Amino acid sequence: MATTSASTSPQTAPERTRLIRAGLRRRHRSETIFRGLGMAAIVLALGFVVLLFVDVIRKGVPAFVQSNLHLEVFFDPAVIKVDPAPQTGDFASPAEFQAASLAWQRDVALLNWNRIIEASLRAKLPANTQIDTRELLTIPETNARHQVRELFVANPALLGQTVPVDVLASANAANWIKGNIDRSLGDAQQQMSPAARAVIDAFETSGTVSNGFAWSLFTNADSRAAPAAAGLLGAFIGSLYMMLIVIVLAVPIGVAAAIYLEEFAPKSRLTDFIEVNINNLAAVPSIVFGLLGAAAFINYLHLPISAPLVGGLVLTLMTLPTIIIATRGALLGVSPALRQAALGMGASKTQMVFHHVLPVTLPSILTATILGVAHALGETAPLLLIGMKAFVAQVPVTPLDQATALPVQIYLWQGNENRNFFEPRTAAAIMVLLGVMILLNGTAIFLRSRLEKRV
Amino acid sequence: MNSLAVAALLLVLLGLAYQSGWSRSRALATVGGPKVHSRPQYHGSYVAIWTMMPALVVLLLWAWLGGELTHNHITAQIPADTLQALDQTALNAAINRIRAIASGFGVAGEVAPYEQAAGESLRSFQMLTGTGVLLVAALCGGAALLYARGRITARLRARNAVERVVNIALLLCSAVAILTTLGIVASLLTEALRFFTFINPLDFFFGTVWAPNNAPTAGNYGRYGLLPLLAGTLMITAIAMLVAVPVGLMAAIYLSQYAPRRLRAVAKPMIEILAGIPTIVFGFFALVTVGPFLRDFGRLVGLNINATSALTAGIVMGIMIIPFVSSLSDDILNQVPRTLRDGAYGLGATQSETIRNVLLPAALPGIVGAFLLAVSRAVGETMIVVLAAGNAPVLRGNPFEPVATITVSIVNQLTGDTDFSGPQSLVGFALGLTLFVITLGLNIFALYIVRRFREQYE
Amino acid sequence: MDMLAGKVKLTQQSVNSAMNPTDALARPIRLEARDVTVHYGAKQALFGISIDIPDRAVTSFIGPSGCGKSTFLRCINRMNDTIEGARVGGSIKLDGEDIYDPSLDVVELRARIGMVFQKPNPFPKSIYENVAYGPRIHGLARSKSDLDEIVVSSLRKAGLFEEVKDRLSEPGTGLSGGQQQRLCIARAIAVGPEVILMDEPCSALDPIATAIIEELIDELRENYTIVIVTHSMQQAARVSQKTAFFHLGKLIEEGVTEDIFTNPVHKQTQDYIMGRIG
Repeated sequence: MATTSASTSPQTAPERTRLIRAGLRRRHRSETIFRGLGMAAIVLALGFVVLLFVDVIRKGVPAFVQSNLHLEVFFDPAVIKVDPAPQTGDFASPAEFQAASLAWQRDVALLNWNRIIEASLRAKLPANTQIDTRELLTIPETNARHQVRELFVANPALLGQTVPVDVLASANAANWIKGNIDRSLGDAQQQMSPAARAVIDAFETSGTVSNGFAWSLFTNADSRAAPAAAGLLGAFIGSLYMMLIVIVLAVPIGVAAAIYLEEFAPKSRLTDFIEVNINNLAAVPSIVFGLLGAAAFINYLHLPISAPLVGGLVLTLMTLPTIIIATRGALLGVSPALRQAALGMGASKTQMVFHHVLPVTLPSILTATILGVAHALGETAPLLLIGMKAFVAQVPVTPLDQATALPVQIYLWQGNENRNFFEPRTAAAIMVLLGVMILLNGTAIFLRSRLEKRV
Repeated sequence: MNSLAVAALLLVLLGLAYQSGWSRSRALATVGGPKVHSRPQYHGSYVAIWTMMPALVVLLLWAWLGGELTHNHITAQIPADTLQALDQTALNAAINRIRAIASGFGVAGEVAPYEQAAGESLRSFQMLTGTGVLLVAALCGGAALLYARGRITARLRARNAVERVVNIALLLCSAVAILTTLGIVASLLTEALRFFTFINPLDFFFGTVWAPNNAPTAGNYGRYGLLPLLAGTLMITAIAMLVAVPVGLMAAIYLSQYAPRRLRAVAKPMIEILAGIPTIVFGFFALVTVGPFLRDFGRLVGLNINATSALTAGIVMGIMIIPFVSSLSDDILNQVPRTLRDGAYGLGATQSETIRNVLLPAALPGIVGAFLLAVSRAVGETMIVVLAAGNAPVLRGNPFEPVATITVSIVNQLTGDTDFSGPQSLVGFALGLTLFVITLGLNIFALYIVRRFREQYE
Repeated sequence: MDMLAGKVKLTQQSVNSAMNPTDALARPIRLEARDVTVHYGAKQALFGISIDIPDRAVTSFIGPSGCGKSTFLRCINRMNDTIEGARVGGSIKLDGEDIYDPSLDVVELRARIGMVFQKPNPFPKSIYENVAYGPRIHGLARSKSDLDEIVVSSLRKAGLFEEVKDRLSEPGTGLSGGQQQRLCIARAIAVGPEVILMDEPCSALDPIATAIIEELIDELRENYTIVIVTHSMQQAARVSQKTAFFHLGKLIEEGVTEDIFTNPVHKQTQDYIMGRIG
């Protein structure tokens, strides 16, 4: 009785213990397996993060190096046969000067600048090298002639002088120099002729060609004719304009909307509807916002296509729900004690919100804003639909000019046929984009910790 | 009109109005005088609002009508017989020349006498209207200022009035969200309905062939069957969920139940980094790394896997969704009360038994909601699929082959083309509408489930 | 079975009269705690607790909130293991066997020492499944009829069977608070424990449900060693034979319940009983 009295089950206590012990080994084994699965999931998820970063960096780093040709350019008067540049004072109205100036520049552009480039290249060739003009000109990037021409337009006094000029090696030449292409492949698969390859090798030994940091990636806009000169500046400025528009529009409107919904709105069906509406809007696929932009802003309101203004508006509408939700969360977190204290002092509701509640939530709102902006920065799909996929070779000056954006530039570059050259370049663009995003997120974290300490 | 002058006028008006209301209010608050209802800054704001409204209305009216009026003025200056001879392009060129003359920039080449005359006339017209509008705006503002100032008494509830204006401004801001939804629905619906005037809705929703004719001629628009795209979307979503759900859920379980605090502090933000990476980056990763790897792997085991395929896109999309699933599941698991877990431990359940038999069943509705949100995210994802799914809108069940999705086809049919005249571009909106309805349905359902779940444990 | 069923019938009897108070101390010792300390991170929650728990009697822990009584209770079936950063020192022996011995399996221990919690916490499953869960995971039932028998007898012992016999497949969360707590007791009993720990089992219940549970505890005493934490001195006086008073993580005084309440040795105990310590 003493040992079995506690029995509820058909077994006695020792029998129960035996049964329990019998199952223990199996149960602990399944415990270990389950735990191992959890660990594997973590390792897998973290592995993906590491793999992605390592992969992008490994592919992208070579693109931060560019091959430069160091040339001595002689502005040969025998080739550059144009009138002197028009001067402002000679014309009755600014319009006439502009017309004359444009005409002169057109004349300059019609000159055969490749002859200048060719001459400066030939000057660097080792003695007795035989190479025809066409092959020789595959070595510098095609923008070299524009570069030299612009030097002359900016300073016509260069005529007859010899100046050192660094020009970019062409994409194919850079592939050869940097080893992006297998040197052992046969002539048929090489993009450069054997003669040109020999010249490059000679240039390398003579120091006429050297590798340096790829500043052109950051100082140039996109280019198709001169892929080695293609840079991110245009896309960067386009993205910058869009971010500014998002900040200027989405933040005040989002914060104001959140304040209204959280603090002032009467609890009614309408506000319920707005709330459900905002939650759903936050989960609408981004491409749908692109459709909205194409139909409403471009087709109906006739705003300019491919313009950062439209992109910014679309991204604003997309970011708005995120900012509203985050701000409402922050407002909700403010202690009722603070509100009651303010109201108890005789402050009106508006005064309570703007003088007491809002300042306390500022760090969270700021963080949410930066994160929202960072997210908008990486968005691609809606921009494709409002024409920002167009090739734009100029850096946009105003938000109404044609432009592209960093993520769209990545999209455009990954589709380029010159894989050997553009795959690293795309990865480099991704590194720049991720760098900007990490910077933004880091700022958000830093600001939050600073501001929270102060409050 | 000079925008600098406009800004200056508005600033001056604003300053004057505020100052005048403020000083009037101060004058009221004398010792022993009546008790003033509102603080001086409210009286200042009150007068400022009253003043700015009419001035802004005048300026906005001019911004709206001014261009038209100027245009009419210019054409009126051109002699009738010359005007007759000009077609639309030439007229625009002439107007631009006249504007250039008026601005003092001048034009290159011969200036016709009428152009010179019209330019000078335009210059004086611009002077006149510019100052006139500014003057009218200033007068209206001033009159309103005086009126509002006159209304200031000790009993005026200026604060309430100002707060009402602030309130209305806030309300308008929250209306933007509704307007956005309305805008989405309206633009999708109108354009989709236009699409359905070309293509029978039945052929669209139940068609099995996707072969749009991108240079349509009357009667030959091509075929727009949704089903191949829908099948592709579902296949990729399913593969993505097969990757994301086990990994995301197990990661959440491990982090919330097993991991020591220090590991959690490192691993959680690291996984969330995945959520912040732009999708185009995942697309690139899929295209240049995962796709070729899968192809080579397939070759190794004797499978014919395309580098761009449903599998590639699905796996990478799954990776993208992992943090989404894991952070939502983590939230949900943390909401299950601790007492339930204690109850199971107290009976002698092991940790995994507690998790599998008690925690997960209790959290199930919330987790299902989280999964539905993840599905909706996967269905609407674009860039990964554009780059890595191969764009082959054919109805087939092999995940190793290229497919196309709804989002890919929207991008293909609509990029660059904003002349929405034929079905080849309008179909983008019909697809968008389909996508919108699917994701909206999933979201509403998921949010409903999650909300119910939260209420259960509140 | 008949014998057991008869016992569960609730009768209005004077609680605490069934046993001679001195009997409690005369009974064999079931649990033996020596110098038990608990740290949560850097903070020490328990300071050298030593106490003997008698077999098949009710021992109650009383004291102001935060005094460590629940913490100590949770040491007895090693529930503190589930709290991150908790460290337990000293020794607790069940039938002479150290429960913190690394070779001892905590799963087996908890099957022998069941627990009932402050807030009723039925699993989101049916009433039947709630009770059957323990026997299932431990593999105690060889067949469906075995399991049925365990469930029914456990519910009977917890005095709940008559109230729920027609709705065993309905969710346990649908019961009233008092019924839920008795369901949790049935759930604990179903595993066949030797000791049952109760952590303020009535604090979330109304007075009538509390009275029913208290009578149930008195019934269960015949077969189980029960340790109960309570913030109600009246409850301790009504249900327990032995009482221990905790204050600020220390065991101040322990002894036969009647002695503690009528003739406390320490001033702190006296102050608490007179209501001078929160």
